[in-house]
Amino acid sequence: MTLTRRELIAGTAAGIGATTLLRSAGTAAAAPASVDAARAAAVPVTTTLNINGRDLRVTHDIRTSLLDALREHLSLTGTKKGCDHGQCGACTVHIDGRTALSCLTLAVAARGHSITTIEGLAAAPGRLHPVQQAFIDKDGFQCGYCTPGQIMSSVACIKEGFADDAASIREFMSGNLCRCAAYPNIVAAIEQARPQGGA
Amino acid sequence: MQPFSYQRADSIADAVRLGRDTGAGDVHASTEFLAGGTTLVDLMRLEVMTPSHLVDLNPLRQQHAQISVDDQGLDLGAFVSMAQAARHPQVNARYPVIAESLKLAASQQLRNMATLGGNLLQRTRCPYFRDISWQSCNKRAPGSGCAAMAGVNRNHAVLGVDDSCIAQYAGDFAVALIALDAQLTLQGPDGTRRVALAGLHRDPGGQPHLENNLAPGELITGIHVPAGAWTARSTYVKVRDRESYEFAIASAAVALHLDGDIVRTARLGLGGMAYRPWRSQAAEQLLQGRKLTRDVMEQAAHQALEGAVTHGHNDYKPELARRTVVRALQAAQSLQPRA
Repeated sequence: MTLTRRELIAGTAAGIGATTLLRSAGTAAAAPASVDAARAAAVPVTTTLNINGRDLRVTHDIRTSLLDALREHLSLTGTKKGCDHGQCGACTVHIDGRTALSCLTLAVAARGHSITTIEGLAAAPGRLHPVQQAFIDKDGFQCGYCTPGQIMSSVACIKEGFADDAASIREFMSGNLCRCAAYPNIVAAIEQARPQGGA
Repeated sequence: MQPFSYQRADSIADAVRLGRDTGAGDVHASTEFLAGGTTLVDLMRLEVMTPSHLVDLNPLRQQHAQISVDDQGLDLGAFVSMAQAARHPQVNARYPVIAESLKLAASQQLRNMATLGGNLLQRTRCPYFRDISWQSCNKRAPGSGCAAMAGVNRNHAVLGVDDSCIAQYAGDFAVALIALDAQLTLQGPDGTRRVALAGLHRDPGGQPHLENNLAPGELITGIHVPAGAWTARSTYVKVRDRESYEFAIASAAVALHLDGDIVRTARLGLGGMAYRPWRSQAAEQLLQGRKLTRDVMEQAAHQALEGAVTHGHNDYKPELARRTVVRALQAAQSLQPRA
């Protein structure tokens, strides 16, 4: 039996999930304002995040971003860390159906929201979302690092009705930088996926 | 990022109580309110801001995210997102300058995250403020000087500056609001008060680390834009180094009530140019009652930049601003208002 990289990572994630369940649930809200900040931060907090339709418990430093919670705690490494300052768009996810930057979202503040990552886009394992397929068909990337963020924004672009013409697509997508400058092909991919890609 | 403790506010009263150590937009306040986080989390990661306590306002977003338009004007909940206001049909039809200022700001992701209240309070992009390796920054380290004065100051302010700070107010939305004489509803320990947006931000006054006039525990809960015959014929012109997803190097918010070619009322805000959101009432008065010719537009533009102080790299700014004002006036003049 051969394991793909994705299956191996998924297996690791399950292991981590089991470990975190054993940890005590020290909730962030329990820390009173008078507690010394450094001491408060030294106590791990447990946050339940709804990711791709599943409730996942993460035990983390209060400072942990949603991006780091996804990548480092849940091994959902499809979401990429580019600048970590909200300038590049590589970390784009959907929060309650709208695009958001996971690097500028604190994990603790994401509880109670519905989060979709690139791993949760396709209808079933082993299949591709129409926008993912369109990026392949139209060669919408070179190195691929910005691609998950590009695809998350592309889906929202189509769903929210901003994919009518190339100018509108470019404006909607301007928060996703591509160092390889695959921009024309990204626009072409969105145009190809437009009829069915907003789901 | 420095450690902090964290609490969620489930009501405005909660927020006011938990936020008692906030206030005046002090860069070094021990407590900060967290809303969209697009400025705060960034500056905390840069260790420019090191609050020891965060009060998360996000549980309030649902309750205080209403938009209503009636004959009195436009009311925006402070927790409306930039994107939500930008796509609202009546905001677009009756207050286009507001919708445009939002659409031309940031990126779609940031517009989804950022609240309108937080947007008003966003901090400067001055690189000497944002990089703690620079020792001199009166805004970040009071009394340490200003590295920008003799530094790379191409994007620094030319209006409303003094010897302590030339940081530029980075926002667009507040520029549209100040032109329309917007009022804010604030809630704090002493109850609710209504203030003009024009009174929210401070001048540097030798204390640029204090950015606004909010009292301890006080937060913005609502924004009111009074109705007027000028709001429908309004526009926001933004000049940037790249076409999208960039801060203004010059911008103009213009609203006009015209009687044929004659200006009954003019409103003018300037962005990318000043220490705080900027309105030029002198230029508005110059326009009032005049026939709106190119010559009159240029006179108003000159009036608006009266008193500009430049520091070398930003010498180009006053002229760019004048041309931006003329362009915005022309654009507003040629509009066919829908409402």
